[in-house]
Amino acid sequence: MVGSARAWHRGEAVTAAAFLQLQGIEKRWSDAVTIGPITLDISRGEILALLGPSGSGKTTMLRLLAGFEIADGGRIAVANDDVTNVPPARRRFGMVFQHYALFPHLDVGDNVGFGLAGSRERGAVATKVSAALALVDLVGFERRKVHELSGGQQQRVALARALAPEPRVLLLDEPLSNLDPALRERTRHELREVIKRVGITTVFVTHEQEEAFDLGDRIAVLNQGRLEQAGSADELYERPASLFVATFVGRANVFRGAAAKLLGGGATRNGVVVVRPERLRFGPAGLPGVVRERRYTGAAAFFTVESDDHERFEVLAEPDAAQVGERVYVEATRVIAL
Amino acid sequence: MTRPRRVDLAAALVTLLLAWLVIYPILIVGAEASNGVAIRAFLTRPGEWAALWASIWISLLSVILAAAIGVPLAFLFEWFDFPGRKTLGALIALPVVLPPLVGVIAFLFLFGESGFIARAIQAALHLENAPWRLQGPAAILLVHAYSMYVYFYLFMRAGLAKLDVSMLEAAQALGADRKTTLWRVIVPLLRPSLIGAAILTFMTALGSFSAPYIFGGGFRVMTTQIVATKLNGDLPLAMVETVALAIVAIAGLLILRRTEGDDILVALGKGIAPRPRPIRRVSVRWLATIMGWGLAVVLLLPHLTLILVSLVPYGAWTTEILPPVVNFDNYRRLFSETERLRPMWNSFWMAAVSTTVAVVVAIVGGWLVVRRRVAWRRAIEGLLALPWALPGTVFAIALATTFSVRAPLVLRFVLVGTVVLLPLAYLVRALPLTGRGILASYRQLDPALEEAAASLGAGRWRTLARVTLPQLRPGLAAGASLAFVAGLGDLVASIVLYTFETRPVSIEILSSLRLDETGVAAAFGVVLMLVSAIVLGVGARR
Repeated sequence: MVGSARAWHRGEAVTAAAFLQLQGIEKRWSDAVTIGPITLDISRGEILALLGPSGSGKTTMLRLLAGFEIADGGRIAVANDDVTNVPPARRRFGMVFQHYALFPHLDVGDNVGFGLAGSRERGAVATKVSAALALVDLVGFERRKVHELSGGQQQRVALARALAPEPRVLLLDEPLSNLDPALRERTRHELREVIKRVGITTVFVTHEQEEAFDLGDRIAVLNQGRLEQAGSADELYERPASLFVATFVGRANVFRGAAAKLLGGGATRNGVVVVRPERLRFGPAGLPGVVRERRYTGAAAFFTVESDDHERFEVLAEPDAAQVGERVYVEATRVIAL
Repeated sequence: MTRPRRVDLAAALVTLLLAWLVIYPILIVGAEASNGVAIRAFLTRPGEWAALWASIWISLLSVILAAAIGVPLAFLFEWFDFPGRKTLGALIALPVVLPPLVGVIAFLFLFGESGFIARAIQAALHLENAPWRLQGPAAILLVHAYSMYVYFYLFMRAGLAKLDVSMLEAAQALGADRKTTLWRVIVPLLRPSLIGAAILTFMTALGSFSAPYIFGGGFRVMTTQIVATKLNGDLPLAMVETVALAIVAIAGLLILRRTEGDDILVALGKGIAPRPRPIRRVSVRWLATIMGWGLAVVLLLPHLTLILVSLVPYGAWTTEILPPVVNFDNYRRLFSETERLRPMWNSFWMAAVSTTVAVVVAIVGGWLVVRRRVAWRRAIEGLLALPWALPGTVFAIALATTFSVRAPLVLRFVLVGTVVLLPLAYLVRALPLTGRGILASYRQLDPALEEAAASLGAGRWRTLARVTLPQLRPGLAAGASLAFVAGLGDLVASIVLYTFETRPVSIEILSSLRLDETGVAAAFGVVLMLVSAIVLGVGARR
């Protein structure tokens, strides 16, 4: 199975690193609301997460890639093939919709086979349908009705349906948002495993940092229609390019002025310093404050500390590192200067 | 950035086409009606005022009578359980299947002066003449009440089924007795259903033609008055009468709409309806069962009479209580004589063509209004719905007037006397039915389904055929079957617009009655009834 799945995507011989290219892509909904221009290169077989709060333009970006929206400027290319104005039906991009959009009047097999209409041979279609269903671990589900399936099974049918026509790029719109939290983590790993096994270039949209980190090889952070930063999870976390990325990706304490200097952020441009809670510790000297709250998480505890100028921040430390009401000094082991 | 799109062009074309079909003829009638002599004639003749007033009070009384029958029935069948509840509940909605004209002749054969019952009483009491004459306002009201209680029955059952049982429990917990609960809780909650049924009944009664035409005698309502004036050749006066009827219809609709209020039940979300309560007291349960069955028999009697009459050959039934001969002679004649097959074929093809076009227009309209959200969407939606607000006679007269003049530059052509005009009239009447069903289905259709098809490589037509149409099917089938049945049994538009070549079944029924061919008329009625029932049954299937 693994071998044949990979063979699907051997057709195109592209040596360039960038398989899917977005060049200055722009969408103007109105004068006040514009998306882009965004330039982004995605290499073959890469999984890219589009991460951002609601209204950041991430869904618009995905719909521009799928061809449901037409860009007002810029260019989209796959393997040097310009698809900017190619309609969705001829773009050969597979898409998994947020609510799956499974056709309720067709059974699982007909849903998965929907995109295979080009090949006239019945047997060939049936073989491809069962191969796609096998890929998502739903062998023998062909004649089941879609509304009889659980949420997780529906999600896998949607994935099989998108992959069956052997698309060049796979697009996923909030792929896990419709599942209950207990199922989400497991599905996330299964999803990544299937995508990596097929080896397909993938772009997915999410507003959850954990999902982006876990599923994506690289993450593009969007805010108010602009691309803030694109990079690996480590890069975004350790070297955020902006205050927005620093605070949106992971927990972050923002210090300014005197407090920033005290923590050792001397040579900053704006005098702003960001410190992750786990990069703060209680010590004999440093930024003074009083512990106001303690939230126990098991392995460690979050301490909310109020500094003398009434700014609150969080310290992640050993559960018994301090008491509520205790006067403490806080020092930073690593600061992010912005 | 905002170059004119092809979609806007399509929207403009659809809007213009609909305006030409729906508004333009009405405007032309309005223009022709502004004729001083005709208006003076209308205002000064007492007969005109009497007919207009008759239309209004007959319609209002029809609403009251239909409510008096339909509302208690809805409560009985929704809240109480007794043997046969389900079967009877479906049978009771049956009059909705009858085309108006068929209902009227069934009544004629049952309650008319030479009908089944009158004949039985005459024979039993050895009377010289028939004990009564089924004529005038009372006869019209009887037919209206019989055929229109269904609206109240169906609307109220739907409303009661949505009623949240916790509301009734809350009222009881707050110490309200039954009467208080009924008037302070149930009635206000069901007001939208009540008003909705009242509007439908009022509009149907106001536009009713078959009953006043057959039973009216010297008693005229506005619809029969208009047709009589037109046949007398006084066209300007007919225009004024048409405008007067249209004004009454629009005014009635607006007044009733104001009382409608918001649909509170929908606003509060879906409730859990109370389960039907079994009646515990044996005597009461028997009473309810007998009453229910008795009622069903009374309501089904016209259908049964129609079938019986259709089996009696010409001239075989004179003074006997029961027909001496019963056979399929009439049906044999129906299907073997070309002169009788012709109207059936006419009705079928005209209803089929008008329904098909109405479905296509509604799908294009639905796509433009719901999916593309074009700038003209309100106009398109309004134009699709408008023919419902005006009586059929108004449109028949308007189309006859508009398309009897050759003036291609103002888009008027001579269609009177051609085979095109009658299907065109059916089409106009069909638009609100298909439009309503398809627009509602389109609104429930998740656009992601069509996008999913496109992302899987399906082109526009494949997406339409494989995804959109199958998903629109319930609304489409319901709208199309109603439109087809309406066209098949139509008399209102046909009597104004038919030619010898296009004469439909309804006209043939009338001429058979005139020739005392009651058996043939009844056989036609049975065919219409069965086809309507089958088509509506298929249309309502999920």
